Amino acid sequence: MRNKYSVFSLIKNALSYHENWQRAWKDPAPKKEYDAVIVGGGGHGLATAYYLAKKHNMNNIAVVEKGWIGGGNTGRNTTIIRSNYLWDASAGLYDHALKIWEGLSQELNYNVMFSQRGVMNLAHNLQDVRDLKRRTHANRLNGIDAVYLSTEEVKKFCPIINTSPDIRYPVLGGTLQRRAGTARHDAVAWGYARGADAMGVDIIQNCEVKGIKRNGDSVEGIETTKGFIKTKKVGVVAAGHSSVIANMAGLRLPLESKPLQALVSEPVKPIIDTVVMSNAVHAYVSQSDKGELVIGAGTDDYISYTQKGSHQIVEGTLNAILELYPIFSRMRMLRQWGGIVDICPDASPILSKTSIKGLYFNCGWGTGGFKATPGSGDLFAHTIANDEPHKLNAAFNLNRFVSGDLVDEHGAAAVAH
Amino acid sequence: MFLINCPYCGERDQQEFKAGGEAHIERPKQPTELSDDEWAEYLFMRKNIKGVQFERWNHAHGCRKWFNMVRDTSNDEIKAIYKMGEKPPSQ
Repeated sequence: MRNKYSVFSLIKNALSYHENWQRAWKDPAPKKEYDAVIVGGGGHGLATAYYLAKKHNMNNIAVVEKGWIGGGNTGRNTTIIRSNYLWDASAGLYDHALKIWEGLSQELNYNVMFSQRGVMNLAHNLQDVRDLKRRTHANRLNGIDAVYLSTEEVKKFCPIINTSPDIRYPVLGGTLQRRAGTARHDAVAWGYARGADAMGVDIIQNCEVKGIKRNGDSVEGIETTKGFIKTKKVGVVAAGHSSVIANMAGLRLPLESKPLQALVSEPVKPIIDTVVMSNAVHAYVSQSDKGELVIGAGTDDYISYTQKGSHQIVEGTLNAILELYPIFSRMRMLRQWGGIVDICPDASPILSKTSIKGLYFNCGWGTGGFKATPGSGDLFAHTIANDEPHKLNAAFNLNRFVSGDLVDEHGAAAVAH
Repeated sequence: MFLINCPYCGERDQQEFKAGGEAHIERPKQPTELSDDEWAEYLFMRKNIKGVQFERWNHAHGCRKWFNMVRDTSNDEIKAIYKMGEKPPSQ
């Protein structure tokens, strides 16, 4: 039985010096067979397992993770959550996720520190202004909160921004989604892991998938570093390594994996109480609860699995940050890291069945998957359990690259890719 | 970030180059006879290999010429560089 986290459990455990907390999830050896196996123990994979168990009564399932829970892109992103996407299909997908975020801490009995501090997107040229106004209208038609701000309103909402007209990329306006914000990324993985484990899901860490066994056009199981696991359903949620798994099954995906970087500064007192993103100069910044500035940079343009990224990418981002926020000129950066993101040609994700029965892919989230974690898990669980997509992820099928019915969010999604 | 030995200009910073993706994807000889599936294969589907990969690069801020590269994407080590039209080296 899982103990509930509450103020009473906190007091009780404080009395024993916090040495007797129950394990948040078990460390089981894999069974011989499962009804379904999720490959990848990041936020999306754990959320998929959680909703499979919770909403579809599939409890005899496992999540296999080659490293440790949340050690991949879940722990490497810049924690931004928003749903102000241009196209109807994307708006439906991301706002579904945002609605789950709003009640997630209560649902999981785990504080994911979801903070609706707002996300502001800046316009730096006339085309930006037109694009952002168009997106604001599109968002509102889809029931997503969005407002367009003038330069003065941008300055009022975030006073440390340099709105002087004589900078290289002057701020001509911006959009604001007030329901958007941030969450603690590790806590999301841990909360879902704990919730799934409580419902009987086996979370198997340090277990790398080495092969996918097929019988004709059906999946029979997976070869792993901890032996063969028999299963009829495999849901792959492997982010940057999706193509590696696909190649094992003899599939090709429309993905390219590239390093995406982020960095944080030394911690300082609260200075920026929102998230500000800038498409044209590719810089975005927020402040963590620890006080660090969390800064996202861009991707390298070549395929690489090195989790490093190039120096000039960071330099370009910091140049833009310094021009927009002169007050940060003497901040020192504490850490820099990279994650491997799988980018689709249309910059939209794939949550889909494949030509192989029982093999499902949830990938292609590219540079912005964290925000969708709960919705992605919910919809992918639905797709696996019913062998049919939910209406909210029907447009994000693999077949769209054959039919041409792409969800082109490149440049339209309020962020450069 | 790494150094690339352009076959026309010599060793330069990777910043000067533009990655052109997977190499040796042949343009369909009879485009009008291609099925939608074949078009999708040609246009979108990629190997995206973790390991030794054949790819195209362009010296965008230099001679602006295209060439081929064999590179290990797991550590960014360049194995070979050869000009367009030349036979790819065996691994």
